[in-house]
Order: sequence, then structure tokens, then C-alpha cells
Amino acid sequence: MRIEYCIGVDLGSTTTKAVILGADHAVLGRGITNSRSNYVVASQVAMGEALINTRFTRIRNQLGHAGVGPARCDQLLGSFERRFREQQYLCQLATLESTLHGYADRTRQDPAVHRALDAIVARMRSESAGLFAEGAARKSDFFRDLAGSRFHELSEQQKEARFDVLAGLFDKSILDVENSTEAVGTFSEHARAALQAQGTHAPELARAVDAAFGDELVQVQVVGTGYGRQKLPFPEKSIRSEILCHGLGAHAMYPHTRTVLDIGGQDTKAIQVDEQGIVTSFQMNDRCAAGCGRYLGYIADEMNLGLHELGPLAGQATRQVRINSTCTVFAGAELRERLSLGERREDILAGLHRAIVLRAMSLLARSGGVHEQFTFTGGVARNSEAVKALRKLVQENYGERTLNISTESIYTGALGAALFAWRAAERADVPEEVKA
Amino acid sequence: MSSSELDRLLADAEHLYRDLTFQSVRDWKRRTGGLAIGYMPVYVPREILHAQGCLPVGVLGGGEDLEIIRGDAFYQSYICHIPRSTIELGLNGALDCLDGMLFPATCDVIRNLSGMWRMQFPDKFVHYLDVPQDFDPQVGGTFYEHELQSIAAALAARGAKPLRDDALAASIAVFDTHRDAVEALYTLRREQPWKVPTHELYLLLRAGMLLPVEEHVPLLRRYRELVLADAARRPMDQARVLLTGSFCEQPPLGMIKTLERAGCYIVDDDFVPVHRWIRGRVARGGAPMRDLVGAFLESGVPSAIRYAEHGGKGDDVVARVRECGAEGVVFCAPSFCDPALLDQPMVVRAIERAGIPWTAFKYSENTGQFQVIREQAGTFADSIKLWSTV
Amino acid sequence: MSNPATAQIHKDASQERQKRMIAEHFHRLAQAPDTGHKCAYTFVPGNLTELLRTFDVLPVLPEINALQSGMRGRSRDYIALAEKLGHSEDVCTYVKCDVGMLHSGNVGPTGERLPRPDLLLLSYTGCFTFMKWFEILAQEYECPVVMLHVPYQGDGRITDAMRRYVVDQLRRKVIPMLEKVSGKAYDEDLLRQHLARSAQAETDLVAVLEAAKHRPSPIDAYFGGVYYIGPIFTAFRGTQDAIEYYRELRAEVEERMRAGKGPVTPEGELEHEKYRVVVEGPPNWTSFRQFWQMFVDEGAVVVASTYTKVGGVYDNGFRHDPARPLETLAEYCMGCYTNLDLPTRVAMLSRYVQEYSADGFLINSVKSCNSFSAGQLMILREVEKRTGRPGGFIESDLVDPRYFSASNIKNRLESYFQMIEQKRSSGAGT
Repeated sequence: MRIEYCIGVDLGSTTTKAVILGADHAVLGRGITNSRSNYVVASQVAMGEALINTRFTRIRNQLGHAGVGPARCDQLLGSFERRFREQQYLCQLATLESTLHGYADRTRQDPAVHRALDAIVARMRSESAGLFAEGAARKSDFFRDLAGSRFHELSEQQKEARFDVLAGLFDKSILDVENSTEAVGTFSEHARAALQAQGTHAPELARAVDAAFGDELVQVQVVGTGYGRQKLPFPEKSIRSEILCHGLGAHAMYPHTRTVLDIGGQDTKAIQVDEQGIVTSFQMNDRCAAGCGRYLGYIADEMNLGLHELGPLAGQATRQVRINSTCTVFAGAELRERLSLGERREDILAGLHRAIVLRAMSLLARSGGVHEQFTFTGGVARNSEAVKALRKLVQENYGERTLNISTESIYTGALGAALFAWRAAERADVPEEVKA
Repeated sequence: MSSSELDRLLADAEHLYRDLTFQSVRDWKRRTGGLAIGYMPVYVPREILHAQGCLPVGVLGGGEDLEIIRGDAFYQSYICHIPRSTIELGLNGALDCLDGMLFPATCDVIRNLSGMWRMQFPDKFVHYLDVPQDFDPQVGGTFYEHELQSIAAALAARGAKPLRDDALAASIAVFDTHRDAVEALYTLRREQPWKVPTHELYLLLRAGMLLPVEEHVPLLRRYRELVLADAARRPMDQARVLLTGSFCEQPPLGMIKTLERAGCYIVDDDFVPVHRWIRGRVARGGAPMRDLVGAFLESGVPSAIRYAEHGGKGDDVVARVRECGAEGVVFCAPSFCDPALLDQPMVVRAIERAGIPWTAFKYSENTGQFQVIREQAGTFADSIKLWSTV
Repeated sequence: MSNPATAQIHKDASQERQKRMIAEHFHRLAQAPDTGHKCAYTFVPGNLTELLRTFDVLPVLPEINALQSGMRGRSRDYIALAEKLGHSEDVCTYVKCDVGMLHSGNVGPTGERLPRPDLLLLSYTGCFTFMKWFEILAQEYECPVVMLHVPYQGDGRITDAMRRYVVDQLRRKVIPMLEKVSGKAYDEDLLRQHLARSAQAETDLVAVLEAAKHRPSPIDAYFGGVYYIGPIFTAFRGTQDAIEYYRELRAEVEERMRAGKGPVTPEGELEHEKYRVVVEGPPNWTSFRQFWQMFVDEGAVVVASTYTKVGGVYDNGFRHDPARPLETLAEYCMGCYTNLDLPTRVAMLSRYVQEYSADGFLINSVKSCNSFSAGQLMILREVEKRTGRPGGFIESDLVDPRYFSASNIKNRLESYFQMIEQKRSSGAGT
């Protein structure tokens, strides 16, 4: 079957996202990867992931057509996808292995180093099934994080070579692996390997996978956006402002949206859109990045916590310590001073979340206020405490507002970009004289 | 018992300082039915307002306790803090009790705030008070007198008493006693700084932003009597410093306490300078308005916001250091304060020439962390003490 | 029919003339120690050029030197030097750039050393920093200083008392000082002649700026505009050179307008005017070309700007009036853009957006200049409210390259113009 699609890519400061839309503008697939030093590869990997995700969507549809019930479908696809991811992981691990040895050769390391690398990689390979077993918790889905944490643990344990030598080799090698599009391999080889690993007790799955293979995915148009937009590997006319993409993406998710707030790693955006999702006004944080997501990152580091642990911890506050400065540079000092004054961690964190949201409130005010409905996107939208603080301040300053937060909010910009891609494609279909 | 009276007095002053609803002003208006007129730093001739039956109300921003929710939407990050908190107070209703606002010529930020205020609060009396930078009575004096007359006329049109010479003369006399009372405390602090900790003096000065002058003078005098009688206040081995740069946006109280705890006796400063802008009593001789104008021209203190007509930038600070017996200078200016920060290198040059040690740091009115300042001021105080014993 | 070749020659004619005028001026300044010409350091806004010329005193403009240092890539080092000398990172970078240049040999934009001042003439206080700047210079130079305090239009108008105050200062302070420094007696008739010439050039300047009301605009009234205002804002107001320059420029611009041509940009003529915008705030000088190019890339033309009014607002009808020589100088000083209160600035910007048929307006908020910047976020909202056109907000600095983030600014500009584009296409579709 021939499937035409448009793809939107949002190159963010920390992650790169891609969304694939079919001709009916329904989402076929999403992909995400960590933004690395090489934007071209980050975009390609994200798009590749979105295409894989699209194939999975197709497989699911095929299973549906074949009369497989939803529960069985989830089970089949779940196990298939885990094996698929394992294959992908092993493929990247193989590239990592050869790259590691390559660097070890070039830097004239002892044979002991090679032996240590062999041992570590062998161990990682043997653990892969466990890593992707049903119910196994993974802290991240990015190869860099998955492989990195285990590599470092194993490097510390082994006795053949020095830890810093091994860690240094890893740091060099992982960049190469990330910056190679071949390292992730292709859908077809992993899918076949995954099917084989799954065994033959699911013929309906094999048929669905075969059918999905038969699909011809035809890319009609691509539009890029995002923080690194300047360097997006697309022609200039295929690039849209992230503001416009966010506005349109939010509109697509929640058609009654009039105000959008996006708090990302590096910047905060307050956007007003009309009933068609067209941006009417916007404001971004000024030169000073105080109060962006990155600030929470520093705080988490300072407290030795995971980013996702901050919100829940702040939720346990019994009072709120007032924090006046959201200056990222001083975040650590401010925190330590408060702690030394005997303030509770939870209470300080609650204050910090409120301080960040206050910065966003001023951008919202600059852009024209908060109108019904209000959609909150970006990484910080996943932080429960930030959401709580925002809800309260909006209510106090603007009255009751519907607050939309999508679990897929991280894809808002990419979704908007994909919609722009379809618009451009549809307009290109219109004969010249009609356009004029 | 006198110490508890002192505690109560200070607690009352601190209550006024922390009351961001301006309740005392509301009470005054209810009691008197008069107009309350706000003024921003640095200086306005309160005698005029007083003579017209108005309550002059000092608006020094929101300080350390006010959370800025709307004010930041009005200012870029590279502008000082006082205008945001002042806007915040305007928008949250705290300043509703004011019938007008005076924005004296202090800097471009306060100046532009006057226009913003007019747009934001079109029903209020708003005036940019342009004070002359020419100090010739015939030139700057004439202009300034006209400026003051026009304010008086505008206030009268809004229901204040028309300005009369006898009333103005009486008001000048009242404020002369106020200047005496303030100066008496500064003198006592200079002579026995352990008797008058600056964080207390500061709270008293702040009370004068809100209280009618008739209530503020007795408060200052009573405080002086009480601390003089308080035998528990004993000298400590502290470094004597002159603090300069804090004439507009005010530091948080905690910062003043931090400096004192770090080993400094602040023996001169430029906090809340409206009280000490005119040095000494207003010289009397002609029409009261002319006298008031003359006092501004002749007896106004040198300041970063006052043009140094005859050069000699910083000489006044050197003279003040000598006068108060300070052993060093602390430049303590708000971040992004143009007048203070542009002035600083010129003053530094003068005091270095005079061989006076100095240190410098910046704050904003809501600075919440004093760790760095504590260490810096402590080191400075120690080095001064070390130096003086060599 | 206009011949492109002759249009090119015309363009060159006014540009060449301006270049020659500036070179001659700086050369005369460099020669001043030998020729005995007296020099006064003074400011662009509220400059008293006609009065200085009456005493044959040459003006030196530290602001212009600072911005030239910025354009020539020298400001980073100058600012660093000034900060090393104790100037705060928080304050105006023009001041620091000037202080740094002063401590690096005081070589002017043409490579020739600038003369030491015989007089510091502080003729404008519509920017508070100017007062501090000259206090700093007074510490550096052993020379007389005279200050003209220019009262602010706090109520949006000039009162008799304000005018009298400035005239009194001119008469009692500035003129006697100029007599003393120059050794020449004050000649009011000579001043009147200079003022009459000023008015003539001013009328032509207004015609040039107002040509931007035409579609397509034959000029860029911000990036191009800074070149057009050069002579009249600096040392040449009241000269025959200025009259001829503006006559020539006006003819060239009117010719471009007749021919339906767009503005000349560093990349050549802008052929397709896609967006018309009004700009508030000074430009960034360290990346001036790059900043301009960002507009050119989008097909955006600035049709009116407030920055081209800092050295005098003339499009409201004001002209120097030889019949009232000191009064007219007073009114000129008090009428400069940064001496206007915020409601007046809002009204002016709103009028520009409407009269110049702009798609919207942009504010370039510079860190250095609180006189401009404090309140711009409120201006943004008020002008949007009054005109219904979208405002954009970008931040940079005058001459501190650390405060020009090209990617950040480009990002905002692109978003802004795409927003206008999107609004348009959706408006057309419904």
C-alpha cells in the first residue's frame, strides 16, 4: 500500500523530535532522540525513529484488520517491540565495540585495555535480554544513556585497566556512534531478527509485519523547526519558526487553545493563537535564561536528585520558601544558603517551582495574558509541582481557565511543523494561477 | 520598663516597614480626610505637601517581602528592581490610598516610570518633579520655584488647601525640627555606634516615610532617650565604615544586619536620603518658597544624582569619611543603578587618593542571600581592624 | 524613464559628499592643535552646533566615536579596559567604550588622533547618563565644563518656565563660557544665519524620511536612516554643506520613489518589499550589517523609526527659527526624542504605524540605554492596543558585542515576520 506522509522535525536543545502525519493529518508515528553535537544526525535519527514508529502503527492496524483483539494485540506488539529495541541496542553496541577498540588502537593502549573492553561489552551483550525484558525499568531510551551507565559501572568493577582510560575511550566512541546513522541499523533487519527471536508461535504477527513491510511510505514534504533551527539540514523554505509550530501544534491537540506556554530547556515561550491556530502575539524569555527548564536541571544536580523527582518532592512541602532569584548561576548558592538556614528541602523546592512559574507569568502577561483555553507544553509541563503552581497563579490572576497538558506535549512543535509541511504540500498542488 | 518600651517602639517601626498595604496611610486619610501623595526616591520638598494639608508618603518599592507577579512583565532583566515592585504595588491595589504620585528627577528609569504611571493610572495626580541641575538662584532657582508652584496649584485643584506663605513657613519649621531630630540620631550613632545599630536607625527612618512628621519627630526623640539610657548597649570591636550608594532602591534589612554582624559599624550612610537632603535648617530670609528653593540650591547634599558643578567628584565622600571618623568605605549600590554605579569609579578615585580603604558589592531590594556579602564585609572589617593596629 | 546608471551616480553623489564632509571634519579636528581651532566635546541629542559655529568652535561627539568604535570592532577591548578601570558591567557601554578609547590613545574613527577638548559642553540631560559621562570626562581633562540642564517634557509639553530656564542657561552660562573659550564675542546675527540654513536642511530631511510612506518605500528609515541623519545630527547642522547634502539626497530619494524602487541595502537594492515595519530603539552597532541583513533576508523594510529622531524631531513641524534664536535652540533641545514622556512616545509610534501603513512594529531594546528602554514593554502593549498591529521585542546592546546574540535575534525576527505572513495568508483565505 502506498502511504503519503509529511514529517515535522523539532530540533530542541536537549531532544530532537519528529512527527509523521498521514494525508488525513492523523499522527502515524513519533520519534525522539537526544540532540547531539551533530544536528544532521539528530534529525535523521529522530525521523528514522518516527518511521519505525509508523511501521509499528501499521503493524497494529494490520493486526486489527486480521481480527486480533486489542489485548492480544498489545501483548504481541509489546513483546515484538521489546525485541526490536533489543536488536537495535545490540546493533549499536556492536558499533560501539569496534569504535572502542579503534580508539584504543589509535591511542596505543595496552592489550589489557582491549581485554577489559571485550569483557565489558560481552557482559553488556549478555545482559541485553534482561534490559528489554517485560516490565524492566529503563531510565532512558537513548543508547547514550543506556549503554553509558552500564559501561561505567562495569568499568569501575573490572581490574584490567584504569577507569579513567576506559571512560575516556567511551566518551570519544559514543560521539561517533551517535553521529553515525548506520549504527542504529534498519527497520527491516531488526524486525526480522526480532521476529526470529520471538519464535513462530505468532503467525498473525509475522503476517502483519510482512504486510507492513509491503507498505510504500512516501515522503511528501518535510518541515523543520526548533532551537537549532539555523542549522537544520533542510532548505530554508522548509523551515518554520518554532513559535508558529508550537502555536499550530497546540491548536491541533486542543482546537480551543488560545494561549500556549512552553517551558523548555533553554527558553520559555508565551504564545497567543487565534481560532485557526495562527499566532497573534508571542514573547520569549529575554537574554537571561533564568527560570527555564535548565534551572531545574541545576537544582536537581545540586540536590543529587533526578529531574523527575523534583516535582513530587516539592509536592510534599508544608510551606513555601520564597525564592527571589531564579538566576541559574546562583541557583546552587541560593539553595545551600537556604538549607544552611534550616529550611526544609521540600519547602525550598516548592518555592523554586513557584519562582520559575512566576517568570513564565510575566512572559504570559507581556504576550497578552492567559485566555481560554490554556495549553502548557515543554519538558516542565511534566513536572507536577510546576503545573500546580501555574494553575494557582493563573487562577488568581486571570480567573478559571481550562489547562490542557498532553502526555505527548513534547511533540507539540514537531506536530505543528508536520502540519505546516502538509499545508505547503497542499498549496503546492494548487495550480499557479489559482494561488495568485 | 524602658527596654520593653524600646522593643515595642522598634516592633512598631518594623511593622510599618513590612506593611505593604499602607494601612497607616489609610488610617490617616480616614482620620483627616486629607490627600495622601506618594513620592519616589530621592528627594521631594515635603514641606509643600505638608503646608497644603497632604500626607507625603515615601514609596521605596516593595522591599524584600513583596512577591513580584505582574511587575516583571513591565521591565527587562537589566533594569533595577524598584520600578517593578512599585508597579506591582500599584497593580495589586496597595497604592490605591494615594491620591497622587511624585516622581522626582532621579534617573531615567524613575523618570520613565512617571509616564507609565500616567498611562496605567489615568485618574491619579502624577507629576514628574524636575529638580534643577543649575544651582544659580536666578536660573535654576526660578525654574524650581515655578515647578513647585505648579505642583501646589495642581494639588489645590484636586482638593488640597491652596498653598499659603504662613502655612509653608510653619511647615518648614516643622521639618526643621525633623531634620534636627534625624541629625541628632546620626550624631549619636557617629559618637556611640553601639547605642544606635543601623538596622534600628534604618527602621526609624523608614517609619518617617509613612508617619506624619508630627508623629515621627517624637518617635525619633524617644528612641534616642531610650537608647541613651540603655546601659546594656556596650561598645564592641567593630570597624567603622561609611556606606554609600543606597540612596534609591533600598537594601533588604537583612543585608544591613549582615554588615553589622560581619563586624562593621556603619557610621554614615545615604539610606532614605529624603530626610537628610537639606543639610541643617532652612535659612530664612525671604518668602518661604524662596527659602525652600534656596535650601535646595545651597544646602542640598552632594549626590550621584546631583550634578557636580565645580568638579571635585568624591571629595564630599572623603570629607564625610573624615567627619564621621570612618575607617573605610563600603560601596553598596543596587544592581543596574545608573547613578550610583556611574558615580562609583569617580568616588573611588578620590578616596584612593586620600588613602581610604574600600570595598564594593551590589544588591537588589529583594536579595535573599547574604553569604557572599557577609564574607566580603567580614574580610573588609578584619583588614581594617588589622590595619589600624599596625 | 529613469536610467539605472544615473540613479546609481546620484546615490553615489550624496554618499560621496557625506564621506567627504566627515573626512574633512575629522581632519580639521586632528589639525586643531596646530591651527588653534577650539574644540568642544558635546552630545548628539540637544547639540548646539549652530551656536558652536557662531564661535567657530568645532564639535567632537563622544557618542559617535563610541558607535564608530563599535562598527570598527574596537568596542569590545575598549569596554574591557574601562571595566578593568573599575566601571561597572551594568552601565552604559557608550561611556565605557569612550573611556576605553580615551585610555588607548583617543584615536578617532578616521584613524587620526582626536584633539583634547577646550570645553566640555554638556548640552543635554534627556539622558541622565550623559551627566555622569561628562563628570567622568571632567575628571580626565583639565578644561572648563559647562552644563545645560534640559528639563524633561514630563507632562508631554514645553512650558514657558522650561523654555525660560533653558534660555537663561544659554544666555548666562553657555554663551559667556563660549566667549571665554573662543575669545570671540557672541554674534546673534551670525547665529540667525546658521539657524536659517538648519531649517532649510531640516525640511529636506523630513521629505526624505517621509518618502517611506510611499509603497514601495524608497528608503530604509532605520538602517539606511542612520546614514541620512548623520550630517544633521552631528557637526554639520547650519552649514551650506548640509543644505547641499540634503537637497541632493532628497532628489535621489524622490527619483527612486518615482521609479518605484526599493531601498538600497548592503546587498544592493531590495526588490521586493514584503513587510513594512516601524522600529523603536537604537540599533546595535557591533553587528550593524548582520542585523540589517536579517531584515533584508526577510524582505522587511523599516518605514519609520524613533532612533532617527534622537538628535531632533522635525516631522512634527519643528524647524530651527532664526527669528527666535535662543528660544528655538531651547525648544530643539527639549524636543529630542528621549526627552519626550512615554505617552508622547506611544502616540508617536502609533502614528507612525498608521501613517506609514506598517504591518507592525519592532522594539530593539538596548541594555545600555535606560532612557530608551525603561518602559518599552509598556510601550509595546500600548501601541499594539492602539493600532491593532503586532509588536515584536528583541534585545541587544549599543556597542557591547557580548549582548548581541545573532541566533537569538534572528530567531525572534523570523518568528515575527512569519507570524505576519501567516496572519496575512489566513486573512486572505477567509
